[in-house]
Amino acid sequence: MSYHFDFLAPFDYPAVLIKGVLVTIELIAIGGVLGVAVGIFGAWARTQGPRWLRPLVSAYVELIRNTPFLIQLFFIFFGLPGIGLQIGEMEAAVLAMVINLGAYSCEIIRAGIAAVARGQVEAGLSLAMTRMQIFRHVILPPALQKIWPALSSQVVIVMLGSAVCSQIAVEELAYAANFIQGRNFRSFESYLLSTAIYLLLAIGLRQLLRLIGDRLFGRPAAKEAT
Amino acid sequence: MKFPKILLALAAAATLFSSTARADALEDIVKSGVLKVAVPQDFPPFGSVTSDLKPQGLDIDVATLIAKKMGVKIELVPVTSANRVPYLQTKKVDLIISSLGKNPEREKVIAFSDAYAPFYNGVFGGADQKVSSAADLAGKTVGVTRGAVEDLELTKIAPASATIKRYEDNNGTISAFLSGQVQLVATGNVVAAAIIAKHPPKKPETKFLIKNSPCSIGLNKDEPKLLDKVNAILAQTKKDGELNALSVKWLGLPLPANL
Repeated sequence: MSYHFDFLAPFDYPAVLIKGVLVTIELIAIGGVLGVAVGIFGAWARTQGPRWLRPLVSAYVELIRNTPFLIQLFFIFFGLPGIGLQIGEMEAAVLAMVINLGAYSCEIIRAGIAAVARGQVEAGLSLAMTRMQIFRHVILPPALQKIWPALSSQVVIVMLGSAVCSQIAVEELAYAANFIQGRNFRSFESYLLSTAIYLLLAIGLRQLLRLIGDRLFGRPAAKEAT
Repeated sequence: MKFPKILLALAAAATLFSSTARADALEDIVKSGVLKVAVPQDFPPFGSVTSDLKPQGLDIDVATLIAKKMGVKIELVPVTSANRVPYLQTKKVDLIISSLGKNPEREKVIAFSDAYAPFYNGVFGGADQKVSSAADLAGKTVGVTRGAVEDLELTKIAPASATIKRYEDNNGTISAFLSGQVQLVATGNVVAAAIIAKHPPKKPETKFLIKNSPCSIGLNKDEPKLLDKVNAILAQTKKDGELNALSVKWLGLPLPANL
């Protein structure tokens, strides 16, 4: 062993590194919000939606949950231009993340909806609430509260999965690590540093989601989460 | 097999004598009627094997062309990039036509003919891209394979307003160009040949060179007659377009004017 560690080496390209962190945050901020929104819509469509929509959403969920994220990403970025749909790498990355998170969170949220007691819906009906009002005020809040920890985990998984977006030249954190490693060949230091940053980002994201859960559902949600 | 010792000694003496008495390599080739050439078999489009195990490629065609011009038969000797120079030094072959580039280390041990094929890194793009130097890349987006020589060079010479999109490997770079995600790519002319082979809507043309190391034919030192003969054949085939036709056939691009 004659490897000399140089833990300052990954900081040779500070601009690339900082941009990488910011782009990763940007990806999960947009992808996370839109993805969960798609998931809520999907869960509504599969449980309350019009009959014709249900098989379509089921097909979407099965398609996305049973194929690799990397292939979905490549299809959007390299494949779609073949039929004239040209989108940039950032848009492709966000779109792939939204589609992916949408499918997974749809199933998670649907589980929460299934766990809402039938009696609550009937109570809403007896108050002459519309179906939409019942979904928004009676079903969705307790459903989200129940599955919030699982949903948070899925968002973190998607953020970590965004590392593969480096493959289509999105300049996020994994790209920065690869870039630095490719220049100074300091694999150990570069990937150790990016691991540490991903860890911090993941912990930070979990804390943020827990705070959001607290705001939305009050303290009990946080207790369930821990 | 058992040979009487005297026969072995005689045979050894004969080989020794013949090699010391050789006039020059060119004469030997003409006398034996066979030109032995070291060619690659694992480096398309310069040299590879077909599905029925026949060698094919630019280097094979150039070797065949040179043998034809010398009026002798060709004998192809498959080599790797590591053993091609030793094959020549030990006279197992007369020439190396194996995408060999000139460099000072190699020039110490073997001689080189004039260039016969282009081998370079450069920026490629469709005819609609008006780029002829690194400065013209201002405001444009160029695809490149991360960490490749082109990436390192381009990062140095491209203006600050140019965007460099770095893909994981050559396939990523090729796909990005073919799908129109980038209009320009910085890569080797061999990769460009692979793109051209896919018949893209926008055929990549060479915009400018980043690093140039054209292929030359390698031969042993102190063989001036053979060197002159090879150079004469190259000059003639460049003039009458035969070499250019091979370049277009295998690399998809005509020979550069200054080759």
